[in-house]
Amino acid sequence: MRQSAALSARRRGRQLWFGLNTRSVAEGAVQNLLLLASLVSIVTTVGIVAVLIFETVEFFQEVSILEFLTDRQWTPLFTQQHFGIAPLFTATVLIAVGAMTVALPIGLVTAIYLSEYAPDRLRSIVKPILEVLAGIPTIVYGYFALLFITPILRAIFPQMQTFNAASAAIVMGIMIVPYISSLSEEAMGAVPRSLREAAYALGSTKMEVATRVVVPAAASGIVAAFILGVSRAIGETMIVAIAAGQQARLSFNPLQGMETMTAYIVQVSLGDTPTGTIEFKTIFAVGMALFLMTFLLNMASRWLLRRFREVYQ
Amino acid sequence: MSATASPKRHALLRKRKDIAFQVVAVVATSIAIAMLVLLLVDVARRGFGGLDLSLFTNYPSRFPDQAGLKSALVGSVFVIGLTAAFALPLGVAAAVYLEEIAPNSWLKAIIQTNISNLAGVPSIVYGLLGLEVFVRAMQLDRSIITGALTLTLLILPIIIIATQEGLRAIPSSFREASYALGGTKLQTIGAVVLPMALPSMLTGTILALSRAIGETAPLITIGALTFIAFLPDGLRAPFTVLPIQIFNWISRPQAGFHERAAAGILVLLAVLLLMNAAAIILRNRYQRRAQW
Repeated sequence: MRQSAALSARRRGRQLWFGLNTRSVAEGAVQNLLLLASLVSIVTTVGIVAVLIFETVEFFQEVSILEFLTDRQWTPLFTQQHFGIAPLFTATVLIAVGAMTVALPIGLVTAIYLSEYAPDRLRSIVKPILEVLAGIPTIVYGYFALLFITPILRAIFPQMQTFNAASAAIVMGIMIVPYISSLSEEAMGAVPRSLREAAYALGSTKMEVATRVVVPAAASGIVAAFILGVSRAIGETMIVAIAAGQQARLSFNPLQGMETMTAYIVQVSLGDTPTGTIEFKTIFAVGMALFLMTFLLNMASRWLLRRFREVYQ
Repeated sequence: MSATASPKRHALLRKRKDIAFQVVAVVATSIAIAMLVLLLVDVARRGFGGLDLSLFTNYPSRFPDQAGLKSALVGSVFVIGLTAAFALPLGVAAAVYLEEIAPNSWLKAIIQTNISNLAGVPSIVYGLLGLEVFVRAMQLDRSIITGALTLTLLILPIIIIATQEGLRAIPSSFREASYALGGTKLQTIGAVVLPMALPSMLTGTILALSRAIGETAPLITIGALTFIAFLPDGLRAPFTVLPIQIFNWISRPQAGFHERAAAGILVLLAVLLLMNAAAIILRNRYQRRAQW
C-alpha cells in the first residue's frame, strides 16, 4: 500500500514539475484545487479551536479559572456578576442523564426487536419511520416539549414549573432513540450468525439468545452508541432553550426550570450584548466547555467502535 | 427456584419469559412511533386552522392573527440556496480528492478523522465560529451570506461523507476501463466517476440541506433577527429564517402565536417532506438506470 502511495505521489510530482504538455499541468492544478477543498475541513476545525481558545483566554484574564469552576452562581447578565459554570453544567448533565434514561432502554429494546425478532417486512416499515424521527428539526421537538408534554406533566405534578427540565429531557430522549436504535442494530447485525446458531443449538429461547449472546457480543458498539447519544444530548440546543427555561439555577429537581450551557448561549445571542464585553466573552468560555465535553465523548465512542470492528473481522 | 422446579416447568417458564420479552420489545418499538404520531397530530390539530394565505403573505406582527412568515420564507430560500451553491461544489471536490486522488498518507488520515469529528460538533459551536469569523473578523455583518457560510461549514461533513460512500460504491473496473482507453485521472473522474456518483451526491446534498433548513441554534448565535418586516435586498441584508420565526412564536405567551407556530411547523415539515421525497425519487430513478 505504501509503495502504491509513493508511486502515485511520484506520478503527480512528474505532472507538476516535469510535465511539458498543458494537460498534465492542468491535471496537477485541478488536483491541487481539490486538495484545497478537502483542506476546508481542517481550516474549520482550526478555526473553531482558535476562536474558542482566543476568546476563552481573554475571558480568563478577567475571571479566575477558580471562580469559573467553583462558584455556585452564574449571573453574568446581572449587576452582581458571578461566573461559576456549575449551574449550567449540572443542568446540562441532569437533562442529558434524563434524556438517556428515556433513550437507552427504548432505543436498545427497539434495536433488539428489529435485529432479532421483527420480520423483514415490518423492519422495512419501522426503520424509515425511525429515520423520520431523526430528521425532524429540533425546533419542532422544542414545540412538542413546551406545548404538549409540559401541560400533561403539569396535570400530574401541579407544582411543576412551566419551564422545567423533565419535559425537555423526555422529548430529547425521544429525539435520541433513533440514533441509539440504528447504531445498536448495526452493532448487533455485525455479530456473526454462528454465535446465535450455537446458542439456539443449545436450546436457548430467542430472548436468551438476544440478551445473553447478541447484546454482550455487541456491547462495545452499544456503549459507543450510548456515548454518542450523551454527546448529542449535551450539544442539543433548541429543545432546552424552549422548554427548560433560561434561569441558571443550581438544582437537581427536574420539575424546576434550569438553564443548560447551550441555552445560555442562545439567551445571550438573542439579547443585544455588545461584542467585546465580558458578558459577550462568556458564551465562548461556555462554548469551549461544551466543545471539550462533546469532543471527548465523540473520541471515546469512535475508539470503542474501532475496537469493536477489529474483533469480528 | 428453577433448580427445584421440574425440567418441564422450567422450560415453560423460559418460554413465558420469552413471550413477555417480545411484548416488551413491541411496546418499546411502538413508543417512539407513537410519539411521532402524537407530535404530528398535535401540530396538525393546532396549526391547520392557521394555514391560510395571510400566513404566507404577511410579515411578522404583534397581533397573532396578522402574523405571517413572508420574510422568514424568503430568508430561508435565500440562505439555503446560497448554502447549496457553496456546499455542493466544495463537498464534492473534497470527497473526490479523498476517494480518487489522495495517496494513503498521514494527510488523508488526518482529513478523514477530522471530517468525522466535525460531524459530531454541536451546531451551536458552528454559530460561535460564524459569529467570530464571518460577522466580526470578515465584517460580513449579521447577514444572509454569513448565515449561508456558517451553514455551509455545518453541512460540509455530511455531504463529503455521503459523496465518498457513493464514490466507493463504483467498481474499480469502470475506472480501469477508462485508464485502459488512455484517460487521465481527471478525465476518468469527470467522464466516468462523477456521472455515476451523481445520484448519491444529490441525495446526500438534499439530505444535508434538509438538515440546514431546520437549523436554528447556529443562526441565532450569529445574530439572525427574529422580527424582520421587509424582504432582503441583497446578500448583505439582515434576515430571519423559518425555524427562527417559529421559535419566536413558540416563545410568546399568547395561544394565538402558538397556533401560528404550529402552522409554521406544518410549512417547515411540508418543505422537508418534499425534499426527502425528491431525494428518494432521485435515488430510485438512477439506481434503476445504473445496474452494475
